[in-house]
Amino acid sequence: MQAGNLVLLLIALGAVFYFFGWRRSYALSAPLGGVRHLHSLPGYYASLAAIWCVLPALALLAFWLMMDDAVIRTNLMASLPSSIQPQSEVDYNLLLNQIRNVAGGALNPAFVPAEVAAAAEQLNAMQAKNQLMLNIAFISIAVLGGVWGWSRVRPRLRARQQVESVMKWLLMASATVAILTTLGIVLSVLFESIRFFQKVSPVEFLFGLQWSPQIALRPDQVGATGAFGAVPLFAGTLLISFIAMCVAVPVGLMSAIYLAEYAHRNVRAWAKPILEILAGVPTVVYGFFAALTVAPAIRGFGESMGLTVASESALAAGLVMGIMIIPFISSLADDVITAVPRAMRDGSLALGATHSETIKRVVIPAALPGIMGGILLAVSRAIGETMIVVMAAGLAANLTANPLEAVTTITVQIVTLLVGDQEFDSAKTLAAFALGLMLFVVTLALNIVALHIVRKYREQYE
Amino acid sequence: MSKTTEQVRKSLKTRYRSEKRFRAFGISAVAFGLLAVVVLFTDIISKGSSAFVETYIQLDIYWDPAELGIDDPSDAEQVNYADYDALIKAALRERFPEVEDRQERRALYQLASSGAGFLLRDQLEDNPDLLGTIQTLWILADDDVDMFVKADVEDRQNTRLPEVARPWVEALERDGHTDIKWNASFFAKGDSREPEQAGVWAAVTGSFFTMLVTLALAFPIGVAAAVYLEEFAPKNRYTDFIEVNINNLAAVPSIIFGLLGLAIFINLFGLPRSVPLVGGLVLTLMTLPTIIISARAAIKSVPPSIREAALGMGASRMQMVMHHVLPLAMPGMLTGAIIGMAQALGETAPLLMIGMVAFIVDIPGGPLDASTVLPVQIYLWADSPEASFVALTSAAIMVLLAFLISMNTLAVLLRKRLERRW
Repeated sequence: MQAGNLVLLLIALGAVFYFFGWRRSYALSAPLGGVRHLHSLPGYYASLAAIWCVLPALALLAFWLMMDDAVIRTNLMASLPSSIQPQSEVDYNLLLNQIRNVAGGALNPAFVPAEVAAAAEQLNAMQAKNQLMLNIAFISIAVLGGVWGWSRVRPRLRARQQVESVMKWLLMASATVAILTTLGIVLSVLFESIRFFQKVSPVEFLFGLQWSPQIALRPDQVGATGAFGAVPLFAGTLLISFIAMCVAVPVGLMSAIYLAEYAHRNVRAWAKPILEILAGVPTVVYGFFAALTVAPAIRGFGESMGLTVASESALAAGLVMGIMIIPFISSLADDVITAVPRAMRDGSLALGATHSETIKRVVIPAALPGIMGGILLAVSRAIGETMIVVMAAGLAANLTANPLEAVTTITVQIVTLLVGDQEFDSAKTLAAFALGLMLFVVTLALNIVALHIVRKYREQYE
Repeated sequence: MSKTTEQVRKSLKTRYRSEKRFRAFGISAVAFGLLAVVVLFTDIISKGSSAFVETYIQLDIYWDPAELGIDDPSDAEQVNYADYDALIKAALRERFPEVEDRQERRALYQLASSGAGFLLRDQLEDNPDLLGTIQTLWILADDDVDMFVKADVEDRQNTRLPEVARPWVEALERDGHTDIKWNASFFAKGDSREPEQAGVWAAVTGSFFTMLVTLALAFPIGVAAAVYLEEFAPKNRYTDFIEVNINNLAAVPSIIFGLLGLAIFINLFGLPRSVPLVGGLVLTLMTLPTIIISARAAIKSVPPSIREAALGMGASRMQMVMHHVLPLAMPGMLTGAIIGMAQALGETAPLLMIGMVAFIVDIPGGPLDASTVLPVQIYLWADSPEASFVALTSAAIMVLLAFLISMNTLAVLLRKRLERRW
């Protein structure tokens, strides 16, 4: 929490320099005959002083925090006596953890070799020194920057332009966060995936029919060979998404058509918000509903008909996911249907077509690209949906098209592989990132195509 | 009558029928959607409402100094470590003297919650004079007893309460020694392995800190990005690229953001696991597109005449934005931010990735304490095998939905109250 305190201190310092900048600009303007003889308003001079105080210090803090851990670690490990110098990377991490635990007080120094205890003490000393150096450097940079900014206050200084250009840069940096996020996603899944594909060939991953990611602890262990063929996962994901779309597309589309074309204004006014409640319900709630209400109901119903239904059937998860997607499709379809020009409907009705014929032959074909785009977006959402399937779909990778059996999906496997202990050198953990890469690529492609279709359509009628 | 008219008239019947059919399809689609809402809510409310109350049993507790092993009630250490469960066991033996078999005795002791002893300790700490007296107290019952008491008469056969214990509980009920009281601990405590002692407060605080981090980061950054893109960005490739990125990020599955958080914030930056700070960072990245898109719409709706008037009076572009456009667009931006926050509050999957699924009992005191959040708590309880956790899960869902509904209502009200139509 030390960094937080420093930031709070910095805010206080910034306020102090703002005040002094204000005072100085007034003082300088007094002999000239008032504030109107300054180039900018006093607030800009004050802001400039505060900016000079805050920004360099923040940059220093960020840089320092990024570097200090690595610097301390390297120095510490280099200073260890040769008797306990680690040989491999695993030993290195083990030893480092041990030293850290002793230093943090989680491990009694009496239980470890004397060299380690000494190293832990050294680590504590280095950390204290690091903190002290950081504090001194941070505060002196902030104060020096503030004084420099304060001393620059002159009647002719173009303070407003300078402050505004700093603000503009800050705005631009905020907009760049979106690019950095995408970059972060791509890099994080890509790097770990590459490490995964060094252990398991991409061909096996993409076309293998066997998925059992457990790695044997002993070579002779039974049933734990570690197979990474992801086809059953893709099939399961597609099956559940297909069921979901079978529910969501007809219901969503028809309710959008009804509410847009037939329903009375009052009915529309209350039915639409109620349907949209479905979009606001968290997915974990749907998961609970699917696992504890829908799945037992389907199972009971199926068994009364003499069918064997798995308790985690794909049908339950798909059905509930479909309900979740209904408002998504209906609001997108509503947008494109209401965007179809009135004149087209009137023309069709004037020729003697009934209302439903007008909708089927004129409105829907005109709105089709937009509807297709909406459906593609909904598919991408169904593929990426996690909580419903984690709670209501199975874990075992079955390659089946029977909706009454349990299947597993990409997202379920990502969650199962990453929740709990993780070792970032085993194929098991890395497989989650390879699955994440697949998921990202597929949903990205779907989104790009869908957005392209939607945009192209929109231009037609505007 | 011409031949065409004849043909049209013949087909009219079928055409009208298909018109009616189409309309019926529409009505049934809307009805299906509405039915889904109703079923979902009734299911959760009917399952969860019983968790807001819990069963207590009345026992005569003798604060026996010998049994407790306390000779000096002012000694805090003795009071702290004394065996309060023994008092409850003694009171239960007293109440049911006929139970003598060892195994039956064990079943008898399990009528009271395993946490009931701590409540007695708190009482004694508050009032040391109790030592040596006999008091009639309401003791928190075990969740199996709770389920049994709350169940209808015909459902009682199916509860988990052991066969041997049922007559005892029925005897207590006959004498009026059981009572169903408001479950205050549900809103005051953290998670527990014992359903009757588990509460949502730790998860609510965790959610609060996570949302605080998210709001503090996502709102300023989102508004700044929207202002840049709407008011300052030149039309060039870089700007286009930012826009494509924002639109795509809005549709990236949330679990991918969890992978990002795990790989970048935890592995690369070395931030601790399962803390609200990291959760907030991940949710910030996830909600940013929503906030940026709605903030841009709000800025776009400010009419150009305002901007031109400001510029005409000699304001710089930055002054025009800060003094005129931003204040006018603020209600729309706030609405978008609240909707984004509601979305983030219900999000579970990315938080599972960064380890917020740990079993955490303590109520977090800040954004750097390990904690869980409300949706993750729901996920954890939904996975628990005990039947009482079903009611608890539904109750937690009701708490979560209450927060979401109030946030969305706030957004709607804000929009109605403050949004100006030009």
